[in-house]
Amino acid sequence: MGDTSVATQVAAKWRKKRGALIMALHEIQDVKGYVPWEDALEVAQVMNIPLARIYEVLTFYNFFKLDAPGKAVISVCTGTACYLKGNDKVLEEFKKELGIGEGESTPDRMFHLQCVRCVGCCGLAPVCVVNGKTYGRVSVGDVRNIIDEWRKKFDDEDKELSHG
Amino acid sequence: MADMNEIDKRFDIHEIAKNKMADIDRYACTIYCCHSTGCKSSGSDDILELMKSAVAEHGLEGKVRIVATGCMGLCAQGPLVRVEIKGQKDVLYKRLEPLVARIIISEHVIPALKLEEGETFELPEFLNKYVLSLDLPFFTKQEKVVLKQAGHLDPEDIQEYIARGGYLALEKALKTMTPAEVAAEIKKSGLRGRGGAGFPTGLKWELAAKVPVVDDKFIICNGDEGDPGAYMDRSILESNPHDVIEGMMIAAYAIGATEGWFYIRAEYPLAVERIEKAIKACKKTRLLGNNIMNSGFNFNIDIRLGAGAFVCGEETALIHSIEGKRGTPRPRPPYPTEVGLWDKPSCINNVETLANVPSIILKGADWFSSFGTATSKGTKVFALTGQVEHSGLIEVPMGTTIDTIVNEIGGGVPNGKKLKAVQTGGPSGGVIPAVDIDLPVCYEELKKVGSIMGSGGMIVMDETADMVDIAKFYLDFTVDESCGKCAPCRIGGKQMLLLLEKIAKGKGTKKDLELLKKVAVAMQKASLCGLGQTAPNPVLSTLRYFGEEYEAKVAANEANNREAN
Repeated sequence: MGDTSVATQVAAKWRKKRGALIMALHEIQDVKGYVPWEDALEVAQVMNIPLARIYEVLTFYNFFKLDAPGKAVISVCTGTACYLKGNDKVLEEFKKELGIGEGESTPDRMFHLQCVRCVGCCGLAPVCVVNGKTYGRVSVGDVRNIIDEWRKKFDDEDKELSHG
Repeated sequence: MADMNEIDKRFDIHEIAKNKMADIDRYACTIYCCHSTGCKSSGSDDILELMKSAVAEHGLEGKVRIVATGCMGLCAQGPLVRVEIKGQKDVLYKRLEPLVARIIISEHVIPALKLEEGETFELPEFLNKYVLSLDLPFFTKQEKVVLKQAGHLDPEDIQEYIARGGYLALEKALKTMTPAEVAAEIKKSGLRGRGGAGFPTGLKWELAAKVPVVDDKFIICNGDEGDPGAYMDRSILESNPHDVIEGMMIAAYAIGATEGWFYIRAEYPLAVERIEKAIKACKKTRLLGNNIMNSGFNFNIDIRLGAGAFVCGEETALIHSIEGKRGTPRPRPPYPTEVGLWDKPSCINNVETLANVPSIILKGADWFSSFGTATSKGTKVFALTGQVEHSGLIEVPMGTTIDTIVNEIGGGVPNGKKLKAVQTGGPSGGVIPAVDIDLPVCYEELKKVGSIMGSGGMIVMDETADMVDIAKFYLDFTVDESCGKCAPCRIGGKQMLLLLEKIAKGKGTKKDLELLKKVAVAMQKASLCGLGQTAPNPVLSTLRYFGEEYEAKVAANEANNREAN
C-alpha cells in the first residue's frame, strides 16, 4: 500500500508536465534508493507511457538503480584528477575489504560499491562519497576506517532501535 | 493610486538595491564562509554554524554579518573564510578547524572592531598559519569576470545580487535595446560558446532570432558538465545562480524565446537546489512571469535533471533527455535552432557563456573584447587540477600562457617533480607537452597543437604519468559513455580500447599500433556526434607527443618474442 502510493503520487504530479518521465523516476529513486519494477509499472499506467519506454530510459542512464542498494552507498570518484591521484587503488581496496565488485552490494545489504564520474571536488582528489558525505584526499589506508565508521553508525542505530 | 506605487516599489530593482545596500552598510564586518561543494566536503557547515553562534554569544549580530557564499577558488585549502572589516585589510583563512573559527571571532574580529579610525589591526601570531596571503599569484594573476562575485555574495539571496548590480543588464536590454541590438552587441563582443566548440554566441542568437515562433521557442542552458576533472559550471551555478538566470533572460529576449530550460546533472544536487531557489525568488520579485519590468516581455524557466550520461552534453542528445527519453544524438542538420526541443526552435548555451552575458550588456562589447586575443575574447574559467600545488577554480584572460597558469597561478608541480604535460578538453581533448609551455590558451592555439579548449578542465601531469595509461583512461570513459547508436563509435571505440589494453600490458605489436591509428582516424571521420568524433583525440594526441612511450612498450614485447623464439 505504502509502496504503491509513492509511485502513483509522483506520477500523478508529473503526468501533465512536459519532459516528466526522468524527473518522476528521480523522485521515486530519491525516496526508495532505486526504482522497483512495481513502481515502474505504476508510472507506466498513471503517465500512460509504455513500460518498455520506461525501461529504455532506466537502463540507459547510469544514475538509475534497478535493485535495492546497500544501506551505505560508497561512490568512488573515477574522474581524471582522482585517477591521477590513485583512486583506482582506493577502489581496489574497497573491493577487497568488502569482497564485492563494482556495482554490487554486500550480502548483508550494508554496503553498495559504485564508481561515479567526477563529483566536482577535484581540488580534494582523490574523493569518495558515502551517502552524501564526501571524503577528500582518501588513501588506501583510510578505506578500512571509512567502512568501520559506517558499520558502527548502523550498529549504533540498531541498538538504539532495539533499546528504544 | 498610492497603493499601486507601494506595490510597484516592492518589485523595483533600484528600490530593492537601495534598501539592501543600506542594510549591508550597517555592518562594520562581513565574514564570508565558502559554502560550495568543495569546502562543504572539508567541513564548512560546522564552521558556518560555529561562527554564527560565536557572533551571537558576543552579541555582535548588529555589527557582524555572516554570509555563506559560493566557491572562492582554492578548493584544496578549504574550508575557506574571508574576514572583511571596514578600514582594515581583508584576511583570508584556510583549512579552518572548528576551534579556530571561534578564536577568529574573539581574537580577530572583536579587537579589530574596537579600534579607532586610522588604527591598523595586527593579527595575533598564532593565527598566521591559517592565513592565506591575498598577494599570492593564485589571486593576483587572475582576471575575474564570470567569477567576480563568487565568494562575495550569498547565492541564495536575490536582494544581495540586485544590490550588487544584478538585473540591471536585463533592465538595460528590455528598456533601451531592441532584441536585434542585444544580439548584435553580443556578436560584437566576440563571445564564443564556453562549452567547448567555441561557436560565436551572438551569431547563434541571430540565427535563432530569425526562426519564426510557432507556439514555442526555447532557450536552454546546458549544465550537463560531464568532463571528468571539470567543475566550472557547477561552481558558477552554485556561487552565482542569478547571473546565469539573468544571462538566460537576456538571451531569451534577444531570440524571442517563450520559455527557458535548465538541464543540470543530477550529480550536482547543490547547484540544482540553488537554481531552484533562484527561480522561485525571481518569480516572487516578478522578474519571471508576465510583463517583466513592465516591458511586455513574458518568460518562465523550468529545470530538468540529467541522470548520468556524458553524451547528454551533446545538444541533440540533451534535447532528447529533457523530453524524458534516452539521450541519443541525431544527425544535424536540422540544427536545434530550427528543430529542437519538442521540434520547436531552440537555442542552447552553456552555463559559463550565459554567465558572461549580463556584464557584456552592462559594460559593453568593447569592454569585454579588451580581454583576450584577436579571435578568442574575454576570460575563461578553468578547473586546474592534478599534480599542481594550488588546485582550484581559476579565471584568466584568453591568451594567458600555460606557464602562467600552471607555474604562477598554480604554484607549479609539487614534490620537486617535473611537468610532463597538461591535458585540456577532457575525453575529447588532448595533451600539451611541457615543451609547449609558452602556448597561449585560446581556441585556435589549442587546436593547432591537437587539443581543444573544451569546457575548461585543465589537468596537470608530472613526469611520473604513463601516457599510454592516460589515453586508456580517457578511452575507457568514452567507450563506457558511448550511446551505441552509431557503429563507428560503438565498435571503433571498443576495438581501440582492446588494442590499447594489449599495448599497455606489453603484448602489443607494431601492427597493433598501425591499426590503432587507422581505427582512430576512421572513428573521427565516421561517427555521428561529437562524442565519437573526438573520442580518439586523447589517443592521437599522446601518440603525437609521447609516441616513444607506445613504441617502447611495443619494442620490448617484440624483443621478448624474438628471444622466446
